[in-house]
Amino acid sequence: MALQSLDIARRSATTTPEPQVRQSYTGTVAKLIDTSKCIGCKACQVACMEWNDLRDDIGTNVGSYDNPPDLTDRSWTVMRFTEYENPKGDLEWLIRKDGCMHCADPGCLKACPSPGAIVQYANGIVDFHEENCIGCGYCVTGCPFDVPRISKRDKKAYKCTLCSDRVAVGLEPACIKACPTGALVFGTKEDMQQHAAERVADLKSRGFEQAGLYDPSGVGGTHVMYVLHHADRPQLYAGLAADPHISTFVRLWKGKTKPLALVVMGLTALAGFFHFVRVGPNEVDERDEAAARQALESAQPRRPPPGAGAAERRP
Amino acid sequence: MSDTEHRDTIVRYTPRVRTNHWLLALAFVLAALSGLALFHPALFWLSGLFGGGPWTRILHPFIGVFMALVFVFLAATVWDDNRLQAADWQWLRQWRDVVNNREERLPEVGRYNAGQKLLFFVIVLCLTGLVLSGIVIWRAYFSLYFSIGVIRLAALVHAVCAFVLVCSILVHIYAAIWVQGSVHAMVRGTVTSGWAWKHHRAWFRQIIHAAHPRTGPD
Repeated sequence: MALQSLDIARRSATTTPEPQVRQSYTGTVAKLIDTSKCIGCKACQVACMEWNDLRDDIGTNVGSYDNPPDLTDRSWTVMRFTEYENPKGDLEWLIRKDGCMHCADPGCLKACPSPGAIVQYANGIVDFHEENCIGCGYCVTGCPFDVPRISKRDKKAYKCTLCSDRVAVGLEPACIKACPTGALVFGTKEDMQQHAAERVADLKSRGFEQAGLYDPSGVGGTHVMYVLHHADRPQLYAGLAADPHISTFVRLWKGKTKPLALVVMGLTALAGFFHFVRVGPNEVDERDEAAARQALESAQPRRPPPGAGAAERRP
Repeated sequence: MSDTEHRDTIVRYTPRVRTNHWLLALAFVLAALSGLALFHPALFWLSGLFGGGPWTRILHPFIGVFMALVFVFLAATVWDDNRLQAADWQWLRQWRDVVNNREERLPEVGRYNAGQKLLFFVIVLCLTGLVLSGIVIWRAYFSLYFSIGVIRLAALVHAVCAFVLVCSILVHIYAAIWVQGSVHAMVRGTVTSGWAWKHHRAWFRQIIHAAHPRTGPD
């Protein structure tokens, strides 16, 4: 969603500095998802569909409350339900609203080869500009959270925009607006961290000693954060990554190696040019032709006289 | 051009091999340009040659598959002549003589020299790597069959193989300019006897010692 009302801090496949004069002095934004308050009503999913004009295909029941069962190009947020039996033998229904985490160090943006197809706004939101997307799927390869989805219709990548269009005009994201329990809160990242700290203290006082904030440092922190009852085991929440980071393969693939490889390719071509200039071409001279003629004649004593074309070898 | 004076010419590349080679060369140039467009932002402008980013993304894998298929035919033709032999290692050890045009010091070379043979096997390896990894990262049709770890590895392998191949082909192109007569051989099919004597003497001897004046296997 291209919106010039938001300042762009980082842009995919761009090697020169972005405009930096206007800064986000009031801090970046963040969405806080409090899993301990979520009742799994999916109002956020509906709000997302409404605001973004998305209607996914009607799916089939896969034996759980997950509906649709996975993120798609038209379902940018999905509730994931986990039935967890704790050591005391009690059932805990862990519900996590999945979607883009809006990493401070986004793997999708790092991997994207198309200039301006992925941007990071100064407020922290990571957004896809589909008009620049070429559909290669490198963002999927780069994402540590398995979030981007390539549409089968237009082969472009889609994901949660954190309602960048709403945030740009001072509104909170649609999912936040729809949440009936206050499990979803939106504000500056600093405010959200403070709010989370209060929630974590409250959860700890209620016996969830491992409660904590999920703001993984492996990706530089995220602009979508979770309050988890079991912050020591994020995997419990439908496989939330315990230590997400941009894969080493992706770093090697998209890091310093690429400009280095370009330089080596250029030097290889240059080496050829200078070899030609310094050493020169390897040419056949009259002596070689004479030696070859002699060898031919000694091998074929009854060879017809030259000019008859008999020495010309035919395939 | 010495070959205008000397009518003694030897067929080095038949029309079939020449067609095969130049189809491969064309495919390589197109695959390399479209691939480099996605390789680094500095070269993204190359995507304009193919009708923009999405068209580059659509065309590149098909060009690559075409290149691999064309190479299979060429490789089948030249495979036997590219087997490395003891003399080839001696030739490689004397690389200083090679790059300084002191060819008379080198062991006699057959149809292909050790450098050409090495290039051949580098192409075999790189194209195999490119095809296999390319299938994995071909998002429109095949990526859904592979895990994210395999896809990430394939993206890296694809870039590394492409890099090695581009560098090798740059050397190959330069060598054809450097060793005069090579481009003529691949465009018109023939070399002079002197050229064969100087650069591929063992091959030359093999031809003239054949009972009848016919070319060696192609």
